[in-house]
Amino acid sequence: MLTLEPVYLLIGAFLLFAAALDLRSRRRAMSAFWAILSLPFLAGEAILAAARHGTHWPAQAMGIGVIALGVMAAVGDRRPSGDEAALANTREAEAIRLGNRLFGPALLIPLVTLLVALATQYGPAPLRALVDTKQSTLIALGIASVVALAVALRVTGARIDSGLHEGHRLLDTLGWAALLPMLLATLGSVFAATGVGDAIAALVAVVIPIDSRIACLLAFAFGIVLFTAIMGNAFAAFPVLMAGIGLPLLVQRHGAHPAVLGSIGMLTGYCGTLLTPMAANFNIVPVVLLELPDQYAVIRAQLPTALVLFVVNVALLWLLAF
Amino acid sequence: MNYWPLLGVAVVVLGFALRRNPALVVVVAGVVSGIAAGKPPGELLELLGTAFVNNRNLLLFVLTLPVIGLLERHGLRERARGWIAGFRSLTLARLLVAYLGLRQLLSMLGLYDLAGHAQTVRPLLAPMSEAAAAQDEPLDEPTRDRVRALAAATDNIGRFFGEDVFLAFAGVLLIQGFYAGHGIALEPLAIGLWALPTAIAAFVIHAMRIAWFQRRLRRVAERRRDADA
Repeated sequence: MLTLEPVYLLIGAFLLFAAALDLRSRRRAMSAFWAILSLPFLAGEAILAAARHGTHWPAQAMGIGVIALGVMAAVGDRRPSGDEAALANTREAEAIRLGNRLFGPALLIPLVTLLVALATQYGPAPLRALVDTKQSTLIALGIASVVALAVALRVTGARIDSGLHEGHRLLDTLGWAALLPMLLATLGSVFAATGVGDAIAALVAVVIPIDSRIACLLAFAFGIVLFTAIMGNAFAAFPVLMAGIGLPLLVQRHGAHPAVLGSIGMLTGYCGTLLTPMAANFNIVPVVLLELPDQYAVIRAQLPTALVLFVVNVALLWLLAF
Repeated sequence: MNYWPLLGVAVVVLGFALRRNPALVVVVAGVVSGIAAGKPPGELLELLGTAFVNNRNLLLFVLTLPVIGLLERHGLRERARGWIAGFRSLTLARLLVAYLGLRQLLSMLGLYDLAGHAQTVRPLLAPMSEAAAAQDEPLDEPTRDRVRALAAATDNIGRFFGEDVFLAFAGVLLIQGFYAGHGIALEPLAIGLWALPTAIAAFVIHAMRIAWFQRRLRRVAERRRDADA
């Protein structure tokens, strides 16, 4: 059965390649950065297996690596030198030469992802047995990236190393922003393991008047938005707020409908995701990718939608859950 | 109850408020909250290491970078701009609202990783939005940046408020799992269906904001033309 493991190895190999290129152009800090980041992809399964069997040092070494990455991100905080403008003429000429054929490989990424994901989720049994269905969209994305690269090389007439060089250029543009989603998810695990959620839930329970249905609902709604903003992830906030307020107060004391509360409650948390730099892969990575000068430009663009939608969600909870 | 781990949250809030490097802020917050909870160093390092490895699927988008980089080098963004500029009737609002609706529908089918900031927004949607917005009047730089940010925001909103309708989505399973753990049995279908009202509200609200954004762009362009005339 196909798992994500070969896809991870491919990512690890690409990161090592990027490290080698940076080393060759004497950017040692950047090179070390990508080399460390390749470890969870090349050796991730081995690290996890060792930890399960009681050998702690590989995971601890990875932990040191995580801290090193954080420090290097801050010290080597540099924007890439742009040869972008110099190449503008080539790009214009190529755009005219290749025309709409350029769209083909770009659209192949979503298209192949769609086909592979659908075929392995809903297709005939032998196809479904081929991949791990829990990760089929992600595996499909991995396959689609490789297929699209092959077609892109044909269309442009470029060689494979040119593709890898361009990929490396984009990777260097992203820099530490590429790493941030993984670091934030790690922080979420640390917060969970150190009882940050329980502490917040305990604080909230002290301040709300539990006999008032609307007070409990508002505490739940504001709580899940606030907690999502802190953790950068509604999934991390949901169990905390449900255990602290949702289940004991709203469902058991005031008789809220569990499915309505769960579903719309989670989506209320999503309003918080739209507002926080902690949700880096959605709110910070695009700022870097789109070369926007304001770090919070995407959050600003989302703010009005998030606020209005928050009010709508609270109203929906009030109307539908009771 | 040990309240000291909350220091980690304080580090996050303070770090982001002071606009320190986010990667460093996050690592420091993790270490602070671990120490405050009284975790021995070895255990804390192992926790950091295993959590980091467990979340490596978040870097999957890196695999799309070689294709996107190659196509960009050969003028993909220039072509995307030129193509949209050829459709005089395609406005920014029509483009973004269509993308929003499509993104929500695909997410509802569980295909939320189909599009994204690296795969679709940077190479296609952002340059197309710029070209559509510049149909009447060339954009100055701040306006261009706001159009780009709006394109990224539209992608996020389309994804977020579609995915929770999908029955096998991790969020739906998390809700079901939480209740099951507390003795309340729920069907994923019931949970997914209750996500629909919010999905529709999100579409309406954001589509209206896109339309307003375009109207403001037009009004500024007209005022400038009047001033010139």
